[in-house]
Amino acid sequence: MTGLITRLALLVILLIPAARTALAEEIVMGLSQRSIAITTNFEGSDILIFGAIKREASVPEGDLDVIVTVAGPSRPVTVWRKERRMGIWINTEGVPVDRAPSFYAVAASGPLAEILSQTEDLRHRISVPLAIRAVGAPATIADAQRFSDALIRIRTEDAFYSALEDGVDVQEETLFRTSIRLPANLTEGDYSTRIFLLRDKQVVAQYVTTIDVRKVGLERFLYNLAHGQPVIYGLLSLALAVLGGWAASAFFRIVLRQG
Amino acid sequence: MQIYLPIAEVSVNAYLLLGLGGIVGVLSGLFGVGGGFLMTPLLFFIGIPPAVAVATGTNQIVASSFSGVLAHLRRKTVDLRMGVVLLAGGMVGAGIGIIVFNYLKSLGQVDLLVTLFYVVFLGIIGALMFVESLTAIRRARKARRAGGTGIAAKRRQRNWVHVLPFKMRFRTSGLYISVVPPVLIGVSVGILTAIMGVGGGFIMVPAMIYLLGMPTKVVIGTSLFQIIFVTAFTTMLHAVTNQTVDVVLAVLLLLGGVIGAQFGARIGVKLKAEQLRILLAVLVLAVCFKLALDLLLMPSELYSITAAGDM
Repeated sequence: MTGLITRLALLVILLIPAARTALAEEIVMGLSQRSIAITTNFEGSDILIFGAIKREASVPEGDLDVIVTVAGPSRPVTVWRKERRMGIWINTEGVPVDRAPSFYAVAASGPLAEILSQTEDLRHRISVPLAIRAVGAPATIADAQRFSDALIRIRTEDAFYSALEDGVDVQEETLFRTSIRLPANLTEGDYSTRIFLLRDKQVVAQYVTTIDVRKVGLERFLYNLAHGQPVIYGLLSLALAVLGGWAASAFFRIVLRQG
Repeated sequence: MQIYLPIAEVSVNAYLLLGLGGIVGVLSGLFGVGGGFLMTPLLFFIGIPPAVAVATGTNQIVASSFSGVLAHLRRKTVDLRMGVVLLAGGMVGAGIGIIVFNYLKSLGQVDLLVTLFYVVFLGIIGALMFVESLTAIRRARKARRAGGTGIAAKRRQRNWVHVLPFKMRFRTSGLYISVVPPVLIGVSVGILTAIMGVGGGFIMVPAMIYLLGMPTKVVIGTSLFQIIFVTAFTTMLHAVTNQTVDVVLAVLLLLGGVIGAQFGARIGVKLKAEQLRILLAVLVLAVCFKLALDLLLMPSELYSITAAGDM
């Protein structure tokens, strides 16, 4: 795919030598879903992100690449490390991480190292390690980096973090599309979706939008009740418990008498 | 069938939850334990956040205990008077327990302490019950071989429990003892309920048998009776202070649980008291062993993530 793009790009460059100007290209984007409703039988969702590159002038030179990121709401977390003390394994050291998105996916049209420069990555915080921010590790911990690595490792194993190099399909230097899998265990909130257009490892255009992830229906009702009317919610839970217990008991007595 | 839990914010298999509730329910009806000491670790294992697992577990215990106690009430194997005395102690204990729990939380090692509590208590009680039941079974066998009727010798020795003041008659249990030991048992179980997030039946049942000398059949119904109220109180506390009771999770667990409890109560009638005790002892020891292994063996992942401020 990349080979084809490169060849196409070369062809275009040979035919039309165009001057490269700032904002010569713009991103026009579409989403298969603007919002995601978490219902009782929510099993995760595949979200299709597609779009086109709008140009006023002719196609500029340089390799074209597209990176798409989707980030869930950030919450501060603490990463703990276990150590053996007096024969048992206990959490001994903890490193606070100020900002760790509950979900983070990067899809790119090629390997990140080859299509994105280090400075641009730092500026826009695109790659997974840069999406989390760990500052203020206690001075007693020398290897704070291993804590952030562990955070990424654990979240990647649980499919909350992912990097799909070659996940974006670019056609004719104009159209692009990618599909990002949102797992079932989604946290509610605004999912910031960013699209970067790159030429020669430099970001030339970007587009930001949000996908709204919300609980609906029964999920919404119970969540609101639990937080807004905790006493009623608690009594409701207890009533259900007692009713369930009684119903099963009564049911079994009838069945047993007849049986 | 996957189902999304609104408070826990995770998606889990509904049948798995029903099955889990069912197994714990059978144990609840069989042994008179709420099953929390099994349910809570099992919920952690399938990925429910610990805070939600503990709070929802208590709500589920209310259901299975209520179902179990109805079966026992019909068979008149609940000592209501003893239950109320234990309950009075239990409420005081739960209050103390919550204060202790919050203190441990401020120290930052609450998980470890809870696990250690489990290992120590389950280990001691499991071992004691196992040895005692084995001796009882052996004694019964010997009596039978010697041409006896097969009924184990009645254990009704007098100990320190019988010399304390404030004596009260517990007709259902056939006891005339001081209220001080039952109240103290209630208090200590209440403390453990709040700290370990369990009903406390696995501690109360042996305490009632070995310390108070109550008949095994009455012990189970009575402990269930006490557990209902203490866990209901705990559920309310969690719902109001932390909003961690997941009603969808609770309903699924209790559907399995109440059915299981009915089966358990019926199986329990067919088993001999000694067999019942030895089964419970094995179960308690198994859970203790598993938890101890987790502490002793090197974990495959040394790192763990918690929400900031938790732990």
